[in-house]
Amino acid sequence: MSKDTLPNTAEINASLSSEEKIELYRQMMRIRRFEERSLRAYQGKKIGGFLHLYIGQEAVAVGACSLMGEHDHVITAYRDHGHAIAVGMDTKPLMAELYGKSTGCSKGKGGSMHYFDPSNNYWGGHGIVGGQIPLGVGLAYGVKYQGNKGASMAFMGDGAVNQGAVHESMNLAALWDLPCVFVIENNRYSMGTSQVRSTAGPGIAERAEGYGMHWEKCFGHDVYEVRETLHKALTLAREDHKPSVVEIDTYRYRGHSVADPDKTYRTREEIDAYRKNKDPLIIFQKTLGDEGVMSDELQKEIDQAARKEADIAADFAEASPYPTPDDIQDDVYWEADNPDQRKSQGRLFFS
Amino acid sequence: MSVITYREAVRAALSEEIERDKNVVLMGEEVAQFDGAYKVSEGLLEKFGPERIVDTPITEAGFIGCGIGASMLGVRPVMELMFWSFYSVAFDQILNNAANVRYMSGGLINCPIVIRGPANGGTNVGATHSHTPENVLANHPGIKVVVPATAADAKGLLKSAIRDNDPVMYLENTILYGEKGEVPDDEDFLIPLGLADVKREGTDLTIVTYGRCVLHSLAAADQIAKEDGKSIEVVDLRSIRPLDIDTVLASVAKTHRVLIVEEQKPFASVGTQLSFMIQEESFDELDAPITRVTTIDAPAIYSPPVETEQLPNIGRVVIAARAALKA
Ligand SMILES: Cc1ncc(C[n+]2csc(CCOP(=O)(O)OP(=O)(O)O)c2C)c(N)n1
Ligand SMILES: [Mg+2]
Repeated sequence: MSKDTLPNTAEINASLSSEEKIELYRQMMRIRRFEERSLRAYQGKKIGGFLHLYIGQEAVAVGACSLMGEHDHVITAYRDHGHAIAVGMDTKPLMAELYGKSTGCSKGKGGSMHYFDPSNNYWGGHGIVGGQIPLGVGLAYGVKYQGNKGASMAFMGDGAVNQGAVHESMNLAALWDLPCVFVIENNRYSMGTSQVRSTAGPGIAERAEGYGMHWEKCFGHDVYEVRETLHKALTLAREDHKPSVVEIDTYRYRGHSVADPDKTYRTREEIDAYRKNKDPLIIFQKTLGDEGVMSDELQKEIDQAARKEADIAADFAEASPYPTPDDIQDDVYWEADNPDQRKSQGRLFFS
Repeated sequence: MSVITYREAVRAALSEEIERDKNVVLMGEEVAQFDGAYKVSEGLLEKFGPERIVDTPITEAGFIGCGIGASMLGVRPVMELMFWSFYSVAFDQILNNAANVRYMSGGLINCPIVIRGPANGGTNVGATHSHTPENVLANHPGIKVVVPATAADAKGLLKSAIRDNDPVMYLENTILYGEKGEVPDDEDFLIPLGLADVKREGTDLTIVTYGRCVLHSLAAADQIAKEDGKSIEVVDLRSIRPLDIDTVLASVAKTHRVLIVEEQKPFASVGTQLSFMIQEESFDELDAPITRVTTIDAPAIYSPPVETEQLPNIGRVVIAARAALKA
């Protein structure tokens, strides 16, 4: 597809009202404060297992999810808190899930890496690197099969692109003209492995050419740029059922997970330079200031409200009960959960 | 009632369910234009068109994952594995994604898929094409597993599997595809998952079995009845998970002796689980230790006459049954 047949997308940002712009900023701030609060909870031993923070990448999820319509869907990997907030999930059940409480979005059964909310077209939250991408293609298949106008955004990291399932998925999406946008959040590292140490070839998005797929690259610190680029890809998907690959340059400030001391594979200077020059919140704050949309006062209000919201979420999580051992075998089989509609017989469980 | 083959019974179930529910789609390698590697889907493309009968590239992780994703939106894909052996390249999709997505979402999602295809040895295709993974699959809560032995069971169980709201793994057998049997024509002929079937009544020994081993066990029981005058009951599980253990235990209470016959490697097989449950729940009913006939514990051998001996066969079942009757 040549560039000049692509839809004109400049208006996707130009048409935003002041309120909508402020909302984008608010979402980014809510994610940042939620993540910081969850880190404190983790350090306070309130949260078990892994915690992969999204700090630094906020403009990607917020920009992408701000474009979603009724039949657009999102699926991602384990670094999934930002997308969850961006699709509209309430932060209280999100925090409660981290605490392993029964009021969590998955009743304490999924944990940090496995957030889901079908009511907001959010299909996880997946722990196996690259394993969610075939499901993302399936969501696109479902949208098309059911005759709806929509698209699936299948998010992955730069490390996932070397998984076979990802390539199988790209081939299928291109072969079958499925409305799937493969969104690669290239934060330059997969755990402690830099992109040059993991990935052959001239670039990641360029691999789309092997499948005859449209591709784009953009910067992920600028929420407008994310929106503009993804709007193009989403329009292609929704209007023409054409998949694409969009590689977004971004950066994570924290270690891979909070268990990563972050001392072996990158320099403090590198992290500081990104934070100083490309922080998505600072950049957008400045943009909105220049546009006369957001005053310093309003910015502070938004920040305060986001901190308060995160604290309220933590209080809610703290006050909530844990699930009980009696809950362990619920939510395994649809049939077991709906005994009045069960058609099978025999034992479903063996303990 | 018609007398049709097992293959035709599977096809009839597919055809009726595709007709009945517009969300049902058959996808897999060679299922459409080629009419199916084993001709199970012969004629379906012509009848239903390429929207419903979908040829996929050779991409098991890709197309099975795609079916799972589509099922979360309400599509009901039936996915054919050319051989169940190839499940290993889609293991993550089946046993992480399909099995776990309901649980990890706290019950918000369900995954109404069927994965089907042949899972058997005995056709001299060697170690990569002869797996019988029903034990591996059934080890994953969230997954259901069905192994039909007769044409009627093949139809009734597949129709139930397609209407089921959980992921169902349906394991066929290339050697059974040509076996004929009486099958009801009724479009609502359903056999519930989790219901075993006593294929032969008897009083002296219970053989618990499923799949092609049902045929071996019935033949062995006939031979022993004729030659030894002993009466063997053959319980066909039909469904591995859910499991109808009650029918098994009722038979044990009648015969007090158990032989398990399964086309499984012995370590942690379906029979291993059965023996545990029988001793736990009916210890006092047993007059002798539980015995079993399994596949001889090695990768599937190619050599045709020896493969017959590696698998359970009538001769091996007769020997084991006689030993169990004497023990
Ligand atoms: C199949 C698989 N292999 C390895 C892991 C362990 N692991 C979890 S995240 C990760 C790095 C992935 O990096 P990337 O795709 O770039 O995503 P990011 O963490 O940067 O968001 C690894 C190796 C895993 N979860 N799944
Ligand atoms: Mg990365």
